[in-house]
Amino acid sequence: MMADLNKLGLAEARDALKRGDVTSVELTETCLERIEGAAALNAFVHKTPEIALDRARAADERLKAGDAPAMCGLPIGIKDLFCTKGVPGQAGSRILQGFLPGYESTVTQNLADAGAVMLGKLNMDEFAMGSSNETSVYGNAVNPWRRKGDDAQLTPGGSSGGSAAAVAADLCLAATGTDTGGSIRQPAAFTGTVGVKPTYGRCSRWGIVAFACSLDQAGPMTKSVRDGAIMLGAMAGHDPKDSTSADLAVPDFEAMLTGDIKGKTIGIPREYRMDGMPAEIEKLWSDGADMLRDAGAKIVDISLPHTKYALPAYYVIAPAEASSNLARYDGVRYGHRAKLAQGDGITEMYEKTRAEGFGYEVQRRVMVGTYVLSAGFYDAYYNRARKVRTLIKRDFENVFADGVDAILTPATPSAAFGLGEMKDADPVQMYLNDVFTVTVNLAGLPGVTVPAGLDEQGLPLGLQLIGQPWEEGDLLNTAFALERAAGFVAKPEKWW
Amino acid sequence: MSIDQSTAARVAKLARIKVEEDALPALADEFNTILGFIEQLNEVDVDGVEPMTSVTPQRLTRRADEVTDGNQQAAILANAPDAREGFFAVPKVVE
Repeated sequence: MMADLNKLGLAEARDALKRGDVTSVELTETCLERIEGAAALNAFVHKTPEIALDRARAADERLKAGDAPAMCGLPIGIKDLFCTKGVPGQAGSRILQGFLPGYESTVTQNLADAGAVMLGKLNMDEFAMGSSNETSVYGNAVNPWRRKGDDAQLTPGGSSGGSAAAVAADLCLAATGTDTGGSIRQPAAFTGTVGVKPTYGRCSRWGIVAFACSLDQAGPMTKSVRDGAIMLGAMAGHDPKDSTSADLAVPDFEAMLTGDIKGKTIGIPREYRMDGMPAEIEKLWSDGADMLRDAGAKIVDISLPHTKYALPAYYVIAPAEASSNLARYDGVRYGHRAKLAQGDGITEMYEKTRAEGFGYEVQRRVMVGTYVLSAGFYDAYYNRARKVRTLIKRDFENVFADGVDAILTPATPSAAFGLGEMKDADPVQMYLNDVFTVTVNLAGLPGVTVPAGLDEQGLPLGLQLIGQPWEEGDLLNTAFALERAAGFVAKPEKWW
Repeated sequence: MSIDQSTAARVAKLARIKVEEDALPALADEFNTILGFIEQLNEVDVDGVEPMTSVTPQRLTRRADEVTDGNQQAAILANAPDAREGFFAVPKVVE
């Protein structure tokens, strides 16, 4: 039996399972053992070894019978935001302490139906609000990467920080994430992994704890673009239980990975060249464009004029939706309820429960959302932001109509930063992490980040490709070409 | 637009989040930082632009008005912090 089965990707493990070189039980046991040894990363926060081994044994039976679906026997981690039946899920929040979902999210059900093995639930920022996994009730998730010659702990990014750390540290073969403003793509970039945010409506949102319904999308976080294609295919599909789920056939994304991008047009948006952008990021970006050009694509300069207004629009729309969604945490139906004093009525129960149950960043965003939706400000803030959102989407429609197939941008404005380093920064500084990713959510487009190089300190940096709606297959093929050209193979040195 | 302490207190009340008196000045400052950032949106000419209601052009699908689920009282109450006799229990609401 191979020793490092946990280091395999989905495609390699699938092929090894089909050949009979390994069993799913062996793969799963190896991952479970590595998870036990990785407490320092604080990635897995609820472990489900019994479920994992049951599913692994069932998968081995199916493999033996020659009836193996796409993810048969492949051990993965699930972000804590997904409800999975009978397994604690609290969206990284104290307010959902003790919550046991009585149902299964459509995406995790789809993955289970495809034969995937769930290893456990992964750490994340509270209610997916954060860019560093520092707002979690479980404590910080820790990036397996460190700066050269420095043992300071770094953030794996957020909000899907536990997913990114677990995949980068080979605790699982892949993981689910969710992305409202960059929460799959930024942590993937910070950990040298691949993150796919599909077109809005491609994956059902049913059973995923809601943050901002018009922006939230689930997607895969994997070790390669091929793995992303395999897993996205298993997660996606129409779901009558989500009224925004698209009734479209899911193509075979993996079959579309030819690596041939001759004749494709790739846009480089000039507005993404930010003041004060580190030279390393700028170089990575132009190197990426050269790689795609060398692979036969045509590189063109494009303009997305409303880019600058994406973050401010996002920080109206997302908190507004969050304040409505999080109104359900009232201490009545599930989760935490505050102890009440003599004479406290129902209003005190709500107020104390929410003050104790929500962390500070969540409280702040709920209150900002409440303010921008309140009488007298609704038009000035919320409606204006929705109009700007229309313009941001129109920017993309215009460049796609001009023949652009995909857009290349940096994934993040920096490499992973230190845990605690942003403690004294004002909230807007933290929000800037999403500057390159948030436009994609506002426009409902698919985006993928691919690791493309290391910075001077030895930390991974990623590039982002943005595609046309519903064209994930074409987008992933371009990402596949970029991945091959970049040849990123670095892994974090094991210290945990 | 600047948010003072009494506005911060009002917003906290609307959001049903208890904020202690001594935390209000810092909260008001943070609101002002965030709203200052959001004010940039005033630079954009939005005349004649429709506010986005749906990011994908698809219409929300309709379904038949049929009961598809139900009779799950125990499952629904299972996570309640206080459930009694088949009901959610809360402090007295009506005198």
